[in-house]
Amino acid sequence: MRGLSSGKAILVAALFAASAAQGAGVSVAVAANFTAPMQKIAAVFEQDTGHKATLSFGATGKLYAQIANGAPFGILLAAEDSTPEKIAKEGLGDGATRFTYAIGQLVLWSKQAGYVDADGKVLNKSDWKHIAIANPKLAPYGLAAMQTLDKLGLTAQVQPRVVQGENIAQTYQFVASGNAPLGFVALSQVMEDGRLREGSAWMVPASMHEAIRQDAIVLKAAQDNAAAAALMQYLRGDKARAIIRSYGYAF
Amino acid sequence: MNPPLLSPEDWAAITLTLELAGITTVLLLALCTPLAWWLAHTRSRWRGPVGAVMALPLVLPPTVIGFYLLVLMGPHGPIGHLTESLGLRRLPFTFPGLVVGSVVYSLPFAVQPLQRAFEALGRRPLDVAATLGASPLDRFFTVALPLARPGFITAAILSFAHTVGEFGVVLMLGGNIPGVTRVVSVQIYDHVEAMEYAQAHWLAGGMVVFAFVVLMLLHWLQPKGVR
Repeated sequence: MRGLSSGKAILVAALFAASAAQGAGVSVAVAANFTAPMQKIAAVFEQDTGHKATLSFGATGKLYAQIANGAPFGILLAAEDSTPEKIAKEGLGDGATRFTYAIGQLVLWSKQAGYVDADGKVLNKSDWKHIAIANPKLAPYGLAAMQTLDKLGLTAQVQPRVVQGENIAQTYQFVASGNAPLGFVALSQVMEDGRLREGSAWMVPASMHEAIRQDAIVLKAAQDNAAAAALMQYLRGDKARAIIRSYGYAF
Repeated sequence: MNPPLLSPEDWAAITLTLELAGITTVLLLALCTPLAWWLAHTRSRWRGPVGAVMALPLVLPPTVIGFYLLVLMGPHGPIGHLTESLGLRRLPFTFPGLVVGSVVYSLPFAVQPLQRAFEALGRRPLDVAATLGASPLDRFFTVALPLARPGFITAAILSFAHTVGEFGVVLMLGGNIPGVTRVVSVQIYDHVEAMEYAQAHWLAGGMVVFAFVVLMLLHWLQPKGVR
């Protein structure tokens, strides 16, 4: 019996060693707006380092609730900077690892070509019925959109026509399906390889709202995880940044 | 410490939910009575496929129903074209849109109890009434309907409760507009996402109590023999 179990232990140890040599894994909670770039980054990250990043997507608020309740995520790529800060304060993650991996670009977008002008003057018009905006209570892009409307003095005029997406992905869906003729979404959702995929857009100037700083943080579960450290490093590297930039984010 | 009672928005969501469930239930009973009657009595080869389509909402995730309704009712979808050509507003983001979604979503909960009630009835009471000279309409309203009453009670309660408990379809179709499409389940979701757990508890706890009361009601209203 004893011989058998020690044999098993050796086998298990050998398997562990083999997997360590191939690279360890890390599971990453990713804010919805960063879905597309992160899928690409994870693919090249695995090629370059041998580490595997398993991705879960969702609204930052929901991801936080899951992390606070023991979800086994190793890294959080949030859509803003306040949740990673909160996580560091509450001891759920390592504050020293926190950094801004991307700065989000808000865009007023329509699926229809020529519908949204380059200065966003379409917001003054009354011939559209619905404008899709992410819930400003939950989504940083929604908050930035409301700040933009405030700055333009259009809040009262536009508010009755607002339809809310629960997160930026659902907001995009409302516009992409044509049910809302226009909406505030993340540039990353409508941009690919450095250009607008379809439709028309107004790039909202950064001066119209507080910066959408998207922060990353290593969580408690992955404090000693080599793959997690490697991914945080990789996100700062040229290869990842080129991908991130191609989706319209800044640094 | 201030007890976090329900806010005006919470109350608006509750009122809206009850309105939605009430209207949906009335529509479902009107729509499903002839449908269930047909399913219970027809020998058509369409009985199987039609019955299966009616039961689809039972097995499909609400996200599928919500997504397809959003596409179908949208400006490029056939229902969207229809409402447009009729001079009506497009349905997504409106209360009538939610009613349509809820009717689809809760359809099996109305059809199936009615169909079972009509089937259990059998032909005999109707044939007897016919030999006594009752017209077909007469037979339906004075014989079939009263005898199928438990089926109607079950259908009404289940449709109402299932609509109150609806989430995915409303979320995808509604656009979360206060007083128009923001129902209780969406309000709870928002509270939880915004980490307002105290407010979420009041509403969520209320839902649990409501669901329990409804199921007890269903139990007590059944005729003694069925219980």
